[in-house]
Amino acid sequence: MFDVTSQFPNLPYMPGVGYKPQHFSEITNNPGSVGWLEIHAENYMGHGGRPLAQLRHLAERFPISVHGVGLSIGGEGALDADHLSRLKHLVEWLKPTVFSEHLAWSTHEGAFFNDLLPLPYTNATLDHVCAHINQVQDTLQRQMMLENPSSYLAFDDSTWCEPEFLREVTKRTGCGLLLDVNNVFVSATNLDYNPRDYITAYPLDQVGEIHLGGHDEDQDDFGKPLLIDSHGREVVDPVWALLDFTLDLCGPRPVLIEWDTDVPEWAILSAEVDRAARALSKVVA
Amino acid sequence: MTITQSQFRTAMLDASTDIPKGLLDAQGRDAGRRFNVYRNNVAVSLTDALETGFPVIAKLIGQENFRAIAGVFLRQHPPASPVMMFYGAEFPAFLRNFEPLQHLGYLGDVAKVEMALRHAYHAEDAQAIAPDALAQISPEDLPNIRMSIAPSVQVLSSPWPIYDLWAYNSIEGHPKPQAGAQDMLITRVEFDPLPHLLPSGSVEFIAALRGNATLSEATEQTTKTYADFDLGAVLGLLLTGNAITSITHEDSQ
Repeated sequence: MFDVTSQFPNLPYMPGVGYKPQHFSEITNNPGSVGWLEIHAENYMGHGGRPLAQLRHLAERFPISVHGVGLSIGGEGALDADHLSRLKHLVEWLKPTVFSEHLAWSTHEGAFFNDLLPLPYTNATLDHVCAHINQVQDTLQRQMMLENPSSYLAFDDSTWCEPEFLREVTKRTGCGLLLDVNNVFVSATNLDYNPRDYITAYPLDQVGEIHLGGHDEDQDDFGKPLLIDSHGREVVDPVWALLDFTLDLCGPRPVLIEWDTDVPEWAILSAEVDRAARALSKVVA
Repeated sequence: MTITQSQFRTAMLDASTDIPKGLLDAQGRDAGRRFNVYRNNVAVSLTDALETGFPVIAKLIGQENFRAIAGVFLRQHPPASPVMMFYGAEFPAFLRNFEPLQHLGYLGDVAKVEMALRHAYHAEDAQAIAPDALAQISPEDLPNIRMSIAPSVQVLSSPWPIYDLWAYNSIEGHPKPQAGAQDMLITRVEFDPLPHLLPSGSVEFIAALRGNATLSEATEQTTKTYADFDLGAVLGLLLTGNAITSITHEDSQ
């Protein structure tokens, strides 16, 4: 029934957009600067109907990045075997250009919490994260990318800093990395460090994709800014500046605009995509 | 100190429990309300998912009540899988047994309708038979045919007027529900599930077809209980709803 064969071996060094079904006609008829699309794996794990028909159609025209939000790579327990086999099924028929997931946990003892929950950066965490990534890569028979999280707090037992933790994961598993520049900005603000230092320390040679999204602002108990990764608004100027800083260091990369809640009309999202295109056009390969 | 994911989960779902020790801000102070970001994300995202999945229930009890009740439900029944399109399978039974809603006995069955609409939407695609395919069969073969029903087809039966309750809250100008039992059929011609009111006996008839009965066996079985069973009406609904995917018949003996 499904015989999409991807003719796209790599994501182009162009802006992509997180695909929302309400934008199907606009993206199909007038994609503007959009060079590729990202979908959330879990939204395409039904058995048929409109979602899969739209995806089949889009995959003939655009390189597709499949982004998982439910594998719980950082879970203490075993990966959900049923979920992994659903993912394998999706990846086998769609043949996406890339697959990525998060450095986080979301499932515990059979319950899924629909959020990306934080991990202490310890040797024990490193061991089970790497074991899970190996299992995913062996099952899917392809390399995956792992994304840096947004942090709201720190664990007192962490012994690794995040960029070094991620570097070690790539060394042990051969996985690639996804760098979410907004997550860096959110975490750096929340945990009081310099986002440029983080990016300079990040294993940029392993980065196959960059994410950008909007965040909300709140305050902690002491009145300090607490940024929340909501994907519900425009990317803020300091994050665009951090993108420029990143691209200057690593050269052009596929850059994704994510907007998942209060999704706007296409014109607004498309303007964000154009801004990413301008940022990319300033960078020399 | 290592915080287990069990401890994290418990504190996240129950705001009356203490935040686990060992979660800090940048100055090494207790994380405090920073932990509430997770409490909030989980509760809000699961509540939103339920509200999206059960819009008629939200309309019937009001958004504020719905969100309060969803908060109770999601703690008792967090999703068993990351495939959120099917989240809420236990919601109909939960509503039926939820003490403060006992006076609204129909809520559980209406929630079942909304769940069935989602299953129809995401069901496997299937090619329907041509609209005139039945007419092509010779009269002597007709009683012996067996029909397969599309995976998207959903059938519901209730002592409550479920079709009118659903339609009154979904279709502009649909008349107010009157007391009485109703059966429903959901078909999907291409991508959009379409609910219909089913005439009496049709639930048994479709179940018999799905159980591989021939047309005459299914009809006989149904008319035993429902003398007024209208075969033409239900076949019409199934044919126009692209609900029949194949017809087979053995050669007449």
